[in-house]
Amino acid sequence: MTAVVALVGALINLSGPGHFLSWHFIQISVANLVVICLMVVVFVAAILLPLPSRKHRHDR
Amino acid sequence: MTVSPPVTEADGHDDAPEPIHPEDAGQWTAKLRATAVEAFPPARILPDRQPAYVASALYVFGVLTMAALSIVILTGLVLAVMGPTWWHVSSTGLFVNSLHLWSVEAFFFFMVIHLWGKFFMAAWRGRRRLTWVTGVVSFLVSVGAAFTGYLSQQNFDSQWISTQAKDGINSTGAGAVFNVLNFGQMLMWHIVLLPLVVVAIVGIHLLMVRRRGVVPPFAPEAAPAPAGDTPVGSEAPVAATTAGEAS
Repeated sequence: MTAVVALVGALINLSGPGHFLSWHFIQISVANLVVICLMVVVFVAAILLPLPSRKHRHDR
Repeated sequence: MTVSPPVTEADGHDDAPEPIHPEDAGQWTAKLRATAVEAFPPARILPDRQPAYVASALYVFGVLTMAALSIVILTGLVLAVMGPTWWHVSSTGLFVNSLHLWSVEAFFFFMVIHLWGKFFMAAWRGRRRLTWVTGVVSFLVSVGAAFTGYLSQQNFDSQWISTQAKDGINSTGAGAVFNVLNFGQMLMWHIVLLPLVVVAIVGIHLLMVRRRGVVPPFAPEAAPAPAGDTPVGSEAPVAATTAGEAS
């Protein structure tokens, strides 16, 4: 059971209070900032990386 | 109206639309059918091929958003059938509840990237304004749907969110019909009203994508355009492979 929990559980402990970053009037949680950064990374990767395609498409 | 060829004996149906009898031409059913068939012929509503420029990962996020929305709806249906005690107490209920939450996270994740991509493509070009507007409205309504979902958690988190939001909502005057402290009302908004609106607007959005086609990329600026060149918003597709695409 412990192994299953370790396998499917969160990589970090999410049970504690959240962490926040503050800069003047701007306040954002670290979790939200991480998600925004991930979105930017995926967006840039989608632009730069080629889309895998089937090799036998000669008619395209 | 052209006369369709005779019905084949194989299946009793024909691909061509039924001709409208002159006596029936004034009926609203005939007018609606003719308009719908003209706007959305089967090859356009469910095409087999896409233009060559769609072979980019940036064009994937719309369908990823739709896939996430499907999981949101399916898990929401299961939660509605089984009820709060089940999703709060049983391990299976907690799992489905988590699936509902994380599919919403994925939905917004993909939708925002889809939004960025379409914004930088200026995807409202080529008579695609309604496609863009329905996308914007579906995004805004989805925020409301997610908000009422957070209010429906029945925990300290939802209590905190509702008490933080009440003054702002009430200051707009919407508090009379949208009371964030009224759990039953927020649950109904979350599981009935807002999902209906989201699904309806996303449906219109998809129909508009099929109607106008996927927006083509900007034309390369290799040579200076001569006077009287194609205006912005009417670019021809780079390599359209389907008859109904990029119209």
